[in-house]
Amino acid sequence: MSKPTDLVQGTLDLLILKVVALEPMHGWAIAQRIRQMSGEVLQVGQGALYPALHKLEQNGWISAEWAVSDNNRRAKYYTLTKDGRKALQRETADWERLATAISLVVRAV
Amino acid sequence: MRLRQIIRLRLRSLFTRASVEQELDEELQYHLERQTAEGVAAGMSREEARFAALRSLEGFEQRKEECRDMRRLNLIDNLLRDFRYAIRQLRKNAVFTSTAVVMLALGMCASVAIFAFVDAALIKPLPYKDPGRLAGVFESIKMFPQSNLSYLDYLDWKKRNTVLDSLAIYSRGGFLLSTPTGTQPARAARVSDGFFRTLGVAPFLGRDFYAGEDLPSAPRAVMLSYATWQKRYGGKTDILGKTVILDHAPSVIIGVLPREFHFAPAGPAEFWSAFHAESECDLRRSCHDLNGVGRLKDGVSIETALANLKSVAQQLQQEYPGSNLGQGAAMTPLREVIAGDMRPILLVLLGGAGLLLLIANVNVAGLLLVRSESRKREIAVRTALGASSGRLIGQFVTEALVLIAAGSALGLVSAHWVMRLLAKLIPEDVAANMPFLNSLGLNVRVAAFAGGISLLTAALFSFAPSLRIWSPDVREDLAEGGRGSAGTVWSRLGSKLVVLELSAAMVLLVSAGLLGKSLYRMLQVDVGLQPDHLATIEVLAPKSSYGTDAKAIVLAQEIVNRIESLPGVKSAGIVTNGLPLEGNGNTTWFRVPGRPYHGEHEETPERDVSPGYFTTLGATLLQGRYFTEAEDTSKPRVAIINRAFARQYFPGEDPVGKHLADLASPPVLTEIVGILEDIREGPLDAAIPPVLYLPFNQSTDHYFGVVARTSRAERPLLAELSATIRQIDPDVVPLRGMTMTDRIHDSPSAYIHRSSAWLVGGFAALAWVVGLVGLYGVVAYSVSQRTREIGVRMALGAQPGSVYQLILSEAGRLAALGIVIGLLCSVGAGTMMRGLLFGVESWDGPTLGGVAVALGISALLASYIPARRAASVNPVEALRAE
Repeated sequence: MSKPTDLVQGTLDLLILKVVALEPMHGWAIAQRIRQMSGEVLQVGQGALYPALHKLEQNGWISAEWAVSDNNRRAKYYTLTKDGRKALQRETADWERLATAISLVVRAV
Repeated sequence: MRLRQIIRLRLRSLFTRASVEQELDEELQYHLERQTAEGVAAGMSREEARFAALRSLEGFEQRKEECRDMRRLNLIDNLLRDFRYAIRQLRKNAVFTSTAVVMLALGMCASVAIFAFVDAALIKPLPYKDPGRLAGVFESIKMFPQSNLSYLDYLDWKKRNTVLDSLAIYSRGGFLLSTPTGTQPARAARVSDGFFRTLGVAPFLGRDFYAGEDLPSAPRAVMLSYATWQKRYGGKTDILGKTVILDHAPSVIIGVLPREFHFAPAGPAEFWSAFHAESECDLRRSCHDLNGVGRLKDGVSIETALANLKSVAQQLQQEYPGSNLGQGAAMTPLREVIAGDMRPILLVLLGGAGLLLLIANVNVAGLLLVRSESRKREIAVRTALGASSGRLIGQFVTEALVLIAAGSALGLVSAHWVMRLLAKLIPEDVAANMPFLNSLGLNVRVAAFAGGISLLTAALFSFAPSLRIWSPDVREDLAEGGRGSAGTVWSRLGSKLVVLELSAAMVLLVSAGLLGKSLYRMLQVDVGLQPDHLATIEVLAPKSSYGTDAKAIVLAQEIVNRIESLPGVKSAGIVTNGLPLEGNGNTTWFRVPGRPYHGEHEETPERDVSPGYFTTLGATLLQGRYFTEAEDTSKPRVAIINRAFARQYFPGEDPVGKHLADLASPPVLTEIVGILEDIREGPLDAAIPPVLYLPFNQSTDHYFGVVARTSRAERPLLAELSATIRQIDPDVVPLRGMTMTDRIHDSPSAYIHRSSAWLVGGFAALAWVVGLVGLYGVVAYSVSQRTREIGVRMALGAQPGSVYQLILSEAGRLAALGIVIGLLCSVGAGTMMRGLLFGVESWDGPTLGGVAVALGISALLASYIPARRAASVNPVEALRAE
């Protein structure tokens, strides 16, 4: 199993929030979606995904409820909350600043 | 909104543990399934796909644990687990646990119970308005730095001072209460009209005295204490306005005082009557029998106020030199007047209880240390497996907290009972004068004190075992496997703890010894009379019937005659102004004719006695003669002086045949006819002042003491005395029948010494036992750690004797160090409580030496048991066992 590109520390939260912002989703689907959306580049370390989800839930940024999934099984669906939406904006802005700054440095050389 | 949600989630995590767990499991299982399904779709076997899915999760259980961490479940979980583990550990070691809990409870119980007394007497706010601004007000003379006020002086002080919002007077006394069943004595106080307003106390029922109600022109008015209202009048509200007959005069009941009201200096009064200044004494400026209480004006300190009162007293000295020469002023916070004399003994007791608490806690800390020492391998294993030092310390702290909680709970409950028991042990007469002790109990301050102790103990206990964890040499501990040299932390700290315990026990033992010796010395004091076979009683006759000399003499003679005709009674006698040891300060002024005189007041306590009084007491006549029955007011005046009087006023002269004069002009002369060996008229521990004895027949009173010497047991005689007096006149009331031995043993000074000696003795005995248990624990532990070493020594030929020497010398070193430090501290402690010592110095050799020897011997005995075990080690077994 090839080692996926390591996520920059702290960006997993951003990705989860971004993905969940689209529609309520369960954990496995979130991982799949991140992979697809990143053009198969970002593979979420599945080990890290669930603790991150639980942390975001404790923060009150996403809420969870059980619903029947596409394969007719009960799955835990995560939804972005109002607080989560604000957090997403904040984190996105932060990320963009950071990315711009890094690319500035990298290109300058 | 967000906060609420978070709280909801946290609470859910906490209270729905099972469902959260199950959801977590289900969520991850779902993931696994989807991942497996994907693998299968990609062409893997089901088995392979599942394995890959699990691998991609990097450990199923670890992920769950991480999720739990994220939910903050672990913190509480760890706590609960530590708690359960602690309980399990403690239950497994029942002996250790019960020892620790009992010791903690012991220390807690002793200190909390004593503190409750300190609180009730010295800390709890007095039940008056702004009590800090109240002060006791006194006159001051050479003989008594705080002496009573006279009524006329009080009026002038009240008018002229500029520092008091108000000044009031009170005097304790008794009334003869006429009831349908006969005349009864009732404790009472006379107070000026503004007394309760000065204290800021409003009546529970009815009204306060109005201004001027204490004047002779106003009808007599009286207020009831709450207890009297309940006891004598059944708590009925219609008593207001009713008349009660006190001292054969009608008084109107105008009010009832609040239940929580108490005023110790006026005694346990049932009736509080408005002062009626009409007796001869009230109207004579030189008759001092009142106490003052004043409320300081805002911003005025006691010192400023006293300076002002002194200047008023100074003015009066100039205006009335005949009566006021040498009369100064004194003032002290009311709290001091009420409970000031309790302070030294209470502080000594609190100190004793504190030492006991220290010893008990140090002992338990030592036990905990031993446990952490014997668990060092467990600690090493857990550290190696990744337990953080925080988690390990948490484990020990939890264990200590469980112990402390149990010990504190047990200690508090027992303190509650001990408090009640101690309060019950106080004789009724003594307790009646300490009404503030009625509020004794577990209140906020006592609870805070107990909480403080628990916290300090918790800090100490958490700290001690943590030492081991902070510097663990894991590898060594693992390799060592808990054998080998006795733990270094232990031998460093543990032995210091034992030295501390032993020296504290030594301090307590020496203090108890000194107090006990003081008590012994005090009871050995020569009282100047023969107390055995002597019964005493007081007689209060109504002034209306027995106010004149002639009638009082008839009554006194009748009482003496009737008592002397009782079976077994050899003789009886009468004395005014207080039986021996009463310390009544009634004094008289005199001068010695023929010596230079400039109006100064020589003052001396006076007693008026019947002719048979001294022989009945068994006093010793040094010179001259006793009074005769014939010496009454028709004969020349005569007096007997005590030895102190002769020494002070007639040094190097023969006083018998000399004369004393009063301050009138022309002076009335009194001839000294005898010198008496000193009788203890005052407290056992006070110097004996000069005393002047006059014939009762020349100076009568309607309130006097009676003594009777019997050839039989004196206790049964008390009831007979009472009945005999009642037979003469039902209106004459006998009071406080007591044997002379009881009078001496229960006198306030003896009582204070006895109670403090017993309590400190009790603390000392407990401290002794606990200290020895501590020493035993150290030595026993050290032996158990050195079993292998001892085995090797013995295998190499060491004799049991040398093993004994090895162990006992270690114990001896600790004990000796403890005793030496203890000796030094004891002298310090003894010096601090020298106010309570009588006839013994704080460095009393026999006490210090005796305690040192006793402690040394018992220390050796305590260490002999483990030493014997060491000496009987079988070397083969010792070596093989490890």
